[in-house]
Amino acid sequence: MSIDMSQFHQVFFEECFEGLEAMESGLLSLDIGDIDSEVINTIFRAAHSIKGGSGTFGFTVVAEYTHIMETLLDEMRDGRRQVTKPAVDVLLGSVDCLREMLTSIQNEEEVNMASAAKHQAALEMELHGTAGGSHAPAPAHHEAAAPTPVAVAAPEPEEEEDEIEEEQGWKISFCPYLSLLRTGNDPVRLFREISELGELTSHATIEDVVPFAELDPEECNITWELKLVTDATEAAIKEIFSWVEDDCAIEFAPLAKPKKAKKPKAAAAPAPAPVAEAPKVEEHAPVAAPAPAAKKPPVEADASKNAAPKASSSIRVDTDKIDTLINMVGEVVITQSMLGLVGENFTMDKVGLLKRGLAQLERHTRDLQQSVMNIRMLPISFVFSRFPRLVHDISTKLDKKITLKLVGENTEVDKAVVELINDPLVHLIRNSLDHGIEMPADRIAAGKPEMGTIELKAYHRGGHIVIEIVDDGRGLDKNKLLSKAIEKGLVEETAILSEKQIFELIFMPGFSTAEQLTDISGRGVGMDVVRRNIQSLGGNIDIISELGKGTTIAIHLPLTLAILDGQSVAVGDETYIVPLVSIIESINITEKMLNKVAGKGETFKLRNEYLPIIRMREIFNVKSGAATKPNEGVIVVVEGQGALCGFLVDELLGQQQVVIKSLEANYRRVEGVSGATILGDGSVALILDVPGLVRLSVR
Amino acid sequence: MASILAVDDSASMRKMVSFTLKTAGYDVEEAEDGVDALEKAKKRTFDCIVTDVNMPNKDGITLIRDLRQLPQYKHVPMLMLTTESGMEKKQEGKAAGATGWMVKPFNPDQLLKTLLKVLG
Repeated sequence: MSIDMSQFHQVFFEECFEGLEAMESGLLSLDIGDIDSEVINTIFRAAHSIKGGSGTFGFTVVAEYTHIMETLLDEMRDGRRQVTKPAVDVLLGSVDCLREMLTSIQNEEEVNMASAAKHQAALEMELHGTAGGSHAPAPAHHEAAAPTPVAVAAPEPEEEEDEIEEEQGWKISFCPYLSLLRTGNDPVRLFREISELGELTSHATIEDVVPFAELDPEECNITWELKLVTDATEAAIKEIFSWVEDDCAIEFAPLAKPKKAKKPKAAAAPAPAPVAEAPKVEEHAPVAAPAPAAKKPPVEADASKNAAPKASSSIRVDTDKIDTLINMVGEVVITQSMLGLVGENFTMDKVGLLKRGLAQLERHTRDLQQSVMNIRMLPISFVFSRFPRLVHDISTKLDKKITLKLVGENTEVDKAVVELINDPLVHLIRNSLDHGIEMPADRIAAGKPEMGTIELKAYHRGGHIVIEIVDDGRGLDKNKLLSKAIEKGLVEETAILSEKQIFELIFMPGFSTAEQLTDISGRGVGMDVVRRNIQSLGGNIDIISELGKGTTIAIHLPLTLAILDGQSVAVGDETYIVPLVSIIESINITEKMLNKVAGKGETFKLRNEYLPIIRMREIFNVKSGAATKPNEGVIVVVEGQGALCGFLVDELLGQQQVVIKSLEANYRRVEGVSGATILGDGSVALILDVPGLVRLSVR
Repeated sequence: MASILAVDDSASMRKMVSFTLKTAGYDVEEAEDGVDALEKAKKRTFDCIVTDVNMPNKDGITLIRDLRQLPQYKHVPMLMLTTESGMEKKQEGKAAGATGWMVKPFNPDQLLKTLLKVLG
């Protein structure tokens, strides 16, 4: 039977990456000097699983590598080896190396053997105290050696036929101990197997069988004399008995007289030799056969064909969520059949029933939608879990002492957000590590604890998720920022900026405050890119900082990128959707509340605050009978970019959940519009990008 | 067809084992560690157990030992999947009552061939 092993590769890769993550976080949490054996065990098991799987699925390079790691970890686990800081660092390096290898294999790229060899040498140095020595052969060598002498090692009689010399059969004396049956073994099955090798005659010796009254059916009292006419080797027969060799006494003797003369097979004699010389190879032999494709890095032609990562994106979902979903579907089906019943022979007196059914359907559809969206929700820990390692590595490199605190890791957020938020966060944390937290000596001098703290927080607020990076470092220096910006010509020398505006300067393209660029941060990807990425997710980023005390960077992101609660508003003949989260209130205003400020346009007074009015009609150039005077329409008060303002629209329609369709994908990017949706009547409505509109109107 | 309980904490190995056995027509149930397996084995009596050794919560050897204590599993064949470095585990496994073992890495054909040794 042939089974296509490649169908399990995806699961295997996912599992490996999970295992590597577990190893990594385990290694990071190890407290040198006070080792938690359960943690070591977990790390060991992860390495062990990767080794077992990669062997089975034919990724020999990975199996070889993890084998060394496993040996090292096994010694640590048994307490034969001290867990030291250098050893942990080497293991962490190995985790990276494995991750690299697996990614290459997954994408069908060539494995970087040079890097692997380097890490392997470090591992072996740790293991043996020498850089490899006799263990040196790089995995590549094994691969080259593996394919040829392979099959010989397998104890399959057919293949060994030719290698047999004189033997024509064996006499086997098989005396099971009383306990043989207790391991689930059964002499009958053993005999069945041997009989496949040749002609078997058995003679049971029942002299030792105890009297019936004393007989314990779970004990084996019988012994056997077996005669097997075969040309199989002793080893092949012993292999069959290998499971019971400790539960029986067994003796082999060649049959005294061959039944017929046999032609000597001189040519066959040398054959067994290579087997003995290549004992190491046999372990890998079975692997080579089932998955030849994965055995070695694919040739270049293949690699270029599959330039893009091949991995299909998949998601792990809590079974509870799926159960809820199935429950919902059940409800919908019930409602549907109920409505079907109402529709059959419909008469007007059933209108009440119909309405009730439709209301039910609406509720269930909403619930169903919620549950489906829920499936896409992942805990933010998927992103956060990478940071302890990052902080560990970078702080070591910088000789700084820094602890990372994670808060709210279980906060859930859409998968798409999880995937896209990683890079901006890495950048921000690198910044905090590099520029935020001071050197230990400086901290002590400033009267702060030597150990710096970075806190990474996530929580829900409204329809948003907020991620905060809080450090207790040196904070932003306003004067320095401002003079730098002036020096770079980013702001006018005479400009008067608020504190907030000064902090925002760091998001400007071409702005970098570090006097010296290091390899940690400042690799040319500026904060402007970070902000742009976050805005493209429909979020925004704020900075609060106090000189000498620290900096807080807060990122606000929508929970999902697919659906939003919206308020439909009418402007002339057009319908627009305003995201509900941005709406503070909607009011009718009187002429008295209006105010014209020279050079600043129209404003209106709302509870002692003057807010600018943005006329939707003018922004979108709507011609048809729209309200021209603010007091004729409705003012929708919204918050965007931290400022309040009023949108002038004709009237409010309804509130509804809308599915966001990308305008960029279907048309092109339009300023002030974040997307489009299709309304119940089939027409298209634009979804307003509130911060974008506020920015637009300021200009 | 014989019923088999496949126990492995690694999803890919478990799926591979289970898929192979199902393709061959066996009635297969999966368990993700020793605790899960013991629970499932109590609910119905399998004709054979195939288990990994290294697992969280309850390892394969302890699982075999626990199962052998149950009257319905006294003579049921139990195979353990070990790696070559775990050869010393074989002895431990035998002592716990394992019927036999398979050395990883193995391929589907080897798995089926080995099962034929203990089933039928």
